[in-house]
Order: sequence, then structure tokens, then C-alpha cells
Amino acid sequence: MHQVVSTPVRQSYLDAPYGVAAWLLTKDHKRIAVLYMISIAIMFSLGAVFAAGVRAELLTPKGDLLSADMYNKLFTMHGVVMVFFFLVPSIPATLGNFLIPIMCGTKDLAFPRINLLSWYLYIIGGLIVLATAVNGGLDTGWTFYTPYSSQSSPTNVTVAVFGVFVAGFSSILTGFNFIVTVHRMRAPGLTWFRLPLFVWAHYATSLVMILGTPVIAITVLLVGLERALHLGIFDPKVGGDPVLMQHLFWFYSHPAVYIMILPGMGVISELVAAVSRKQIFGYGFVAFSSLAIAVIGFLVWGHHLFLSSQSIYAGLVFSFISMLVAVPSAVKTFNWTATMYKGSVTWESPTYFVIGFMGLFTIGGLTGLFLATMGMDVALHDTYFVIAHFHYIMVGGAVMAFMGGLHFWWPKMFGKLYPEAWAKACAILIFIGFNLTFFPQFVLGYLGMPRRYYSYPDELQVWNVLSTAGATILGLGYILPMIYLTYSLFKGANAPANPWGAKGLEWTTASPPPTFNFEAPVVVDEPAYNYRPSGEVIVG
Amino acid sequence: MLTGQDMIGHADHPHHPRLQHHFYSMEQQLEASILGMWVFLVTEIMFFGGLFMAYIVYRTAYPEAWMASSHELNVYMGGANTLVLICSSLTMALAVRSAQIGSRRGQIINLILTIVFGVTFLVVKYFEYKAKFDHGLVPGPHWDPHEVLANGSLAPLSLPLGSQIFFSLYFIMTGIHAAHMVAGVVLMLIILVMAWKGRFSADYYGPVEISGLYWHFVDIVWIFLFPLLYLLGFHFGGPPV
Amino acid sequence: MSNGIPLLPPSASSVSTEMDLLYFFLTGVTAFFVVLVAALVVFFTIRYRRRSPDEVGADIHGSLVLELTWTIIPLLLSMVMFGWGASLFFRLSRPPADSMEIYVVGKQWMWKVQHPEGVREINQLHVPIDRNVRITLGSEDVIHDYGIPAFRVKMDAVPGKLTTMWFRATKVGEYHIYCNQYCGLRHSAMVGEVIAMEPQAYEAWLAGGGTIASAAPSGETLFREYGCASCHLLDSTGRGPSLANVAGSQVKLNTGATVTADDNYLRESIMNSQAKVVAGYQPIMPPFQGVINEENLMSLIAYIKTLKK
Repeated sequence: MHQVVSTPVRQSYLDAPYGVAAWLLTKDHKRIAVLYMISIAIMFSLGAVFAAGVRAELLTPKGDLLSADMYNKLFTMHGVVMVFFFLVPSIPATLGNFLIPIMCGTKDLAFPRINLLSWYLYIIGGLIVLATAVNGGLDTGWTFYTPYSSQSSPTNVTVAVFGVFVAGFSSILTGFNFIVTVHRMRAPGLTWFRLPLFVWAHYATSLVMILGTPVIAITVLLVGLERALHLGIFDPKVGGDPVLMQHLFWFYSHPAVYIMILPGMGVISELVAAVSRKQIFGYGFVAFSSLAIAVIGFLVWGHHLFLSSQSIYAGLVFSFISMLVAVPSAVKTFNWTATMYKGSVTWESPTYFVIGFMGLFTIGGLTGLFLATMGMDVALHDTYFVIAHFHYIMVGGAVMAFMGGLHFWWPKMFGKLYPEAWAKACAILIFIGFNLTFFPQFVLGYLGMPRRYYSYPDELQVWNVLSTAGATILGLGYILPMIYLTYSLFKGANAPANPWGAKGLEWTTASPPPTFNFEAPVVVDEPAYNYRPSGEVIVG
Repeated sequence: MLTGQDMIGHADHPHHPRLQHHFYSMEQQLEASILGMWVFLVTEIMFFGGLFMAYIVYRTAYPEAWMASSHELNVYMGGANTLVLICSSLTMALAVRSAQIGSRRGQIINLILTIVFGVTFLVVKYFEYKAKFDHGLVPGPHWDPHEVLANGSLAPLSLPLGSQIFFSLYFIMTGIHAAHMVAGVVLMLIILVMAWKGRFSADYYGPVEISGLYWHFVDIVWIFLFPLLYLLGFHFGGPPV
Repeated sequence: MSNGIPLLPPSASSVSTEMDLLYFFLTGVTAFFVVLVAALVVFFTIRYRRRSPDEVGADIHGSLVLELTWTIIPLLLSMVMFGWGASLFFRLSRPPADSMEIYVVGKQWMWKVQHPEGVREINQLHVPIDRNVRITLGSEDVIHDYGIPAFRVKMDAVPGKLTTMWFRATKVGEYHIYCNQYCGLRHSAMVGEVIAMEPQAYEAWLAGGGTIASAAPSGETLFREYGCASCHLLDSTGRGPSLANVAGSQVKLNTGATVTADDNYLRESIMNSQAKVVAGYQPIMPPFQGVINEENLMSLIAYIKTLKK
């Protein structure tokens, strides 16, 4: 049944088999990606609502809108939901799940049922954590520092950390599936150095997922056991060291931030090449920089502990290595920029997201150096500067990249074109709203405003008001695509196989792809991003 | 050699009934499964690794507490369990070999033996834990260390600061290890049922092999736990009471 | 800070200027690269915009020279940041020998401050300007952090150990103190003021007994009431070693090792006395974990530091 696909109406992975059970028991990586996309969108929305509560309170210097307890629970849940249930799975579980088998020229990931299991674990973990939100709450901050979390907090810590524990396994299973797929399931001719950089980035991410996530699992397990059984591992009164928990926690949570950004960098590599119709400048350097970030990223966790009573000498080592880990990110940024030189750059919506990413990620990455500089960290530790820094990378970087990727591959995933003008408006709105929200927070940080405060001295109000105003615009920027992307599913024009005229295996198959991804066997005989200067690119 | 038929959704040519359709050959399927199990075991190493790090940090801080507390553990029961697990690894390896050569009898005998050894380990563990509870060596609000004197009576035992932490780590490390043993026994029961039905042969023995890898890993974790938890006190504090 | 929109905290300590300089340097480097990247990206997007639907970009793969350039230059810049930051951090971690000592205990949700003469205050911190002040920090319960933006310093207060920070105030005034480590319900309320005064004014304040009545016992009283005095005789004839001049000295233990008697050693020797036993003495001192709270512990340590032969 080797049909040449030419008619717009055909069986794609979306069409058959039908029914709720066919989706909830699917083994198709593309359907699992869609399941994840829906659940992640819901989690993101919840996390955003919690943030809205935080920013609303911070409009005024006094704690007058919410009780202190409610505020503490809101910022905690914002962090837990956004980190564990949005950022960590976001790109890998949606775009990664959808694209990696296709980019490898194969029919599915190595372990389809385990892929489905990872989604169920995500859902179960999410439900457990959300259940604690309404039953006892959680007010420890997403960092769960002891002894507050293990002894002092009156909230439902034990159950909440169990939810995080379960969600961690979702992450591990995704990573393990990607690694085996990339190693063992590439199509003939698809050597490592012909892989798209999106795959390299996810491979590096998967290394971090499998090496780091078990450590957070054991950390939260220890906190939960300590709390439930009053053991004393982190209790100074019986000889425990509360700072040990910080070491164990950050041993995962620092690499975790690379789990959150590396996939975004993979997306940007694809987008930059596609919108410029040009080979990525320095392919090898970009590929290896992903691996370098993954490996070096495991050696810097102590930069979160400079002021924790950690030894100065340990601090020196961590600070030095933190400087090293910044370099590969710089290399990538310059390579992306150089890719656009003498490219053929389109002014379609994905470009807007790329430009937004480049500016915001550069700010985010460089402000990390402020914090890695030990002396500077003394002034900035646990202030709003830290919050601004990581939001620039996580939101300005990772979420911007996610939005860019979502738009770029939307026609492929759903076979529909979204309204271009709205997408451009979304990118601009997000860029403006984001900067207005978070740039003032750099200033607030150096002025000394601590994190996790719901009241502050009067003189800091100006910056807080600007930040909340920005948050409103940012929120609008995120609501927009939820509307127009959904709208496109029903009313959008049908998408051709290759609406952007991009190179890549995913653009050689139908939009949306058939269940087994390709109609004909895939054999690869060219490098990635092989845009031939003679102009042999056909749009459509 | 890949052909076009291999890549299409539903292959028209006959293939092994156990070949999953997204793989193009049994060999690829087996290699993927084995790589997958190794990757999973790496995650398990990192999981236990966190506990070993806590052990190292606290042992450096409280050497006397570590010595005295380790001395309270029953090195004979621990030693017996070590032997039991090593034997179970042997029978596991033999089970895998039996699957590879298609010997159904060999598979069944060795799998049953492996399960028996595994359960023996857990039973001994139960008695060990019970003794700890009886002697008040449970960290937390019920911490009330006692030792058994020569005449059989219990006398309060004074342990240095840090001993509660030793016992916390003892229970957590051996407890999580025991949980992995339980999972291993369940896994072996499933493999046993499949072996009974004659599912495995020289063409298809992947599940036995990867289950074997898991079993060996759980055994190796114990090989680390035993000297760190039990032999420490034996070495420094002399023979146990 | 003058009225208007604040950009920097007041510059009120001996390190404020250097900290601000470092901040401006880092900001300058950041701004340079952000502008560079943004300008290039925008420029390329315009200059090389697609002019026909089938157009593709040039066939350029890379350049080793460029890769090395943009690897080495960022690396060198980051090494400068590292070096400057490390140097500053070292200096911030080493209180000068002539520092006056103030003890601060964090407790949910207040700061209890103790001046060496036994004068106490809560949430406020009176200090003289132009004197090095060393703060020894402890916590009664969870991790807190004592942060003073105007002085550009902060340090975690960790239960179970003592940490140190120091500063030298240079400008009279009142400045914010914040708790910089989330510690529960009233974390945002765990704030206070540093009141930096002229030295004479500080002396006068001290002589006036401070701002709260000193109901807590003095270190000397505690030394007697807990029985320390009965074993730790000043002339080394007691069952415990003499504590004269012990703070900062080298102590030989019964294991053969030698340790420096810093604050954490003193704290451990009181709380977990069996952990390190001085050579030549029996391990008979009872541990005081759970018996003495952090505040009284600070008073004791402060008193021990005054003991001389």
C-alpha cells in the first residue's frame, strides 16, 4: 500500500484510530506529544494564575491583598508548577516527543509504551501536587530548604514532595527513551553529524535528565521521610546538617536549568537555520556546546551555596567552573547570529520569536555571571536580581523558544496554518510585557529587595508597579496564542507539507504526518540544513 | 539489510511474533532493550548515589558514631544475606543462559531458585529489622537504644551524637534496596510465567536478559551496602555482641 | 537615597563603592554584548531579508578563527569577573583582627542582637561608624539570612553552626536589614534597621543600656550557673582545660590532631562536647545540646573570649 500522497484529505495520526480510548491508550509518539501539550498548557495557565496573585499583591508596599500564608503558598505553587510541571517537560515532551523519531527517520521512539507511562506519571504527579494546593497547601518555596520544610512548615509538604517524586520519573523515562532512540534507531545514512541540532540538544538534555533527576528524587524522598518519621537527617539537634539538603537539591536543580534551556536552544538552532535558509554556522561547535553544557552543568551547583556556610575554597571552584559553563552558551549565541549573516531571512512569525529569544537569552545568560561572581553574589543572593535573571532565561529564553517552536511546527503537527498577524502581535506583546515585568526586578534586586517578600519599603513601589503592569501585558501575550492557535485547528487554512520551505526530514512528510511518520523508507544522504544556493527549495 | 518493506507501517513479510513494529529487526529490538536497561540502571546508580553521598558526609563528621552504630548491626545476618544474593546472581545468570540456549527446564529451575533466594533475603531482612525495633534502634521519637547483655537482659546503650543519623541512613538505604528486591522478585515471577509458557528461545530472550541485568544491579548495590553498613563496626569495634 | 526613583542602595560601608564598581563593570559587559548581538541580529534580518520565495542563504559552514575568538574573549572576560569576585569575597569573609564583635541570633521571626557589653536589642542594630564590626550569626530554628543592602553584605544564619560576616560603616544613617532566606510565615516581617552612629553617640547609647531592658543572663552568669566554672579553672588545675585566651588558639586533641579554636569549635565543644577532646583530659564533659539556646550560647562564647590569664 505505497500511496503517493497528493490529496489534502488523508489519514494522518490525528484521524485514526478514533475515540478517547484510542488517545488515552495510544503508543504513537505524536499523540503522546499532543496529550502532553494539552496538560502542559493547563499547568502553565495555573502557574501563571499563581504568579498573577503574587504580582497583584506586590502592587502595594504593605501586605494588604492576601494573607502572608496565602502569599507564601502562591509563590511556592508558582515555582513548583512552573519548574516541575511546565519547564522541565515542556519542549522535550511536546516538540521532542513529536519530532525526534521523525528527525531520526524512524517510526516511533524506542519504547512507545514507556512514553505513554511517562505521561501518566506526569499526570499523577501533577494531580498529587495540585491536591496538596487545596488540601493543606505548600509554603516552603519550590526549593524545600530544610529545616523549614522537614520540621517547621505547617503545610502538606510530605504529600507534595511525593508528587514531585512521581513527576521526576516521568522526566527520567522521557530522557531514557530519547537516548536509546538516538543511539539505535536512526535511519540508514543518518550519522550523528547529519542529525539536526534539535536532536543533539535533546540528547544532551536527556543525559542531564537521567543523571540528575534521580538525585532530586532521593532528596525529596529524604525530606518527606524526615518530616513524616521525624528522622533527623537534616536536624542539627541530632547532628544533622540542613545544608546537606541544599547540596543534594542543587546537584539536580542546577543541571535542571539546563534541562529547561537546552531544548530551547535546539529549537532556536532549527528556527535560525530555517528562517535564514542557511546552514547553521559552526554546526560541530553548536552540537558539542550542548554536550559541554550538560557535562559542565553538573559541576557548578555550589554557586547557589556561596553564603550557606559552604567553604570558601569550594566556592572558588564552583565560581570558576560556572564561568566556564557560560562559554558554550556564548558560542551558540554567536553561531546563531553568524548563521543569519548572508542568509535569506524571512520576516514571518518564527523570526520574531527568534529575535526575541536572542535578546532576552543574552541578557539572562550574562546576568547569571553577576551571580557566579562570588563577591557580587554577596549583594545579590536571594534578592529580586536572582528572580529577574532566571526569568530572563526561563521565560525570555525557554518559553520564547517554546512559543517559536510551537508556531514553527504547528502546521506540521496539526496540518493547519495559524493567522500570521496574530502570531507576530503575540511575539511583540510577549517581548514588551516580559521586559517590563522583569527588567525592573534587576533594579529591585540591587536595591536589596529580598525574594519571597510580600511587603517592602515604600521607596521600592515604583519598580514593583512597573513589574506588575508588565505582567499584565505578558499575560495577555500568552492568552492570545491559546485563542488563535486553537482557532486555527477549526478555521485555519490547510497546511502544505513544507510551508516554510525548510530543510529537515519532518518537512518531507505530510502535514500532519501519517501514523508511521513516513510513506516511504527514509535513507539520508546529505547533511542537515543542506540549503543549496541554486535555489532548489520548493515551498508547499 | 534494510528494505522498503521494513519501513512501511504494517510489514507484509513474515516476522518474529515478538517483533514490535517500530523496530526493523529483532536484533535492533534486543540492542535497544539492553541499552535501555543500562540507561535505567545508571539512573538507579544516581538514585542510590545521593544516599551514599549523605553516608560519606556524615561518616566524615561522626566517625565514632558510625563505628559504634555499625557495631550494633548483625553482621552474621548481613553476611548470610550477602551470600544469598551472590547465589541468586549465579542462578539468574544461569537462567539467562538457559533462555539463550532455549532450555525451558533450565530457565524454570533457575528462575525459581532466584526467586527463592530473593525471598530468603527479604525474610532475613524482616528479622533484622525486627531486632532493631526491639532494641530501640529506630531514629526519631522512639529512639531508645538498648543492648543485649550476656545474661540476655536489655540494658540502655549510650551511642554518640550522629548515631540516629547512621540508623536513619541504614533503614533508608537497606529499605529502598529491599523495595528494589521486591520489585525484582515480582519481575522474576512475571518472567517465570513467560518462561513456563515457553516464550523464550535463542531468537527471543531479551526480557530475561534485561531482567537479569536489573537483578545483578540490585545485588551489586547490596555488595556496597554490606561493608559500609555492617563490616565497618566489625572492623573497628571488634566482633559483634 | 534622594527622592525620586531609587536605582542604587545608599553607599554606607567601606565595600559599597567597590561593590558598585563591580556591578557597573558587569552591567557594562552585559550591555555591550546585548547591544552587539541585538544590533547584529536586527541588522542581518533587514540587510539579508528574503527577496524572493525561492531564495536561499549563502553556503557558509563556519570559521575556526571566529569560533576561537568568541570562545576566548568571553572566557577571558569571565576570568576577570571570577578574579575580582573571588578577591572581594575573600576580603568579605575575613573580618579584620581589630573588629568589635556583635552577636546576632535569628529566630522566627525576629533578630536578637547582643553587643559585647551585654547590651541587647531586637531587630535594630546600633553600630559605630568607622569601626570594623564582626557579626557572629546563629539561628534558633530554621535557616535565615542577615542582609544589609546599604553595606552590600549578607550571610546565612544556619541552625547548628555559627557563621560570620563583617562590615565597616562609613556613613551615619538608618539602613534596612532584611532576612534573605525564606523562613516561613512572617519572613517578610523579619526586617530591621541598622543605626549607624558617630562613635561617641554609639558609646553613649551603649552606656545607656541599649533599647531593651537586659533581662537575659550575662555570659558570666551562665558560665557559673551551668557549672563551667567548676571544671574550667583559669589556672589549668581543673578537670577541664583552662579557657584563658582559647579563642583563636591552636588546640591539640587527644587524637593527635590540632585544630583552631574558632567560633564553631567553641560552639561544638559546648553542644557536642565528646566530639573533640583536648589532649590530656578525660571525656567527662556533658553535652549541652538541647540545654542551652543559641542566644545564651552566644553570650557564653562572648564571655569566654574575655577570659585571660
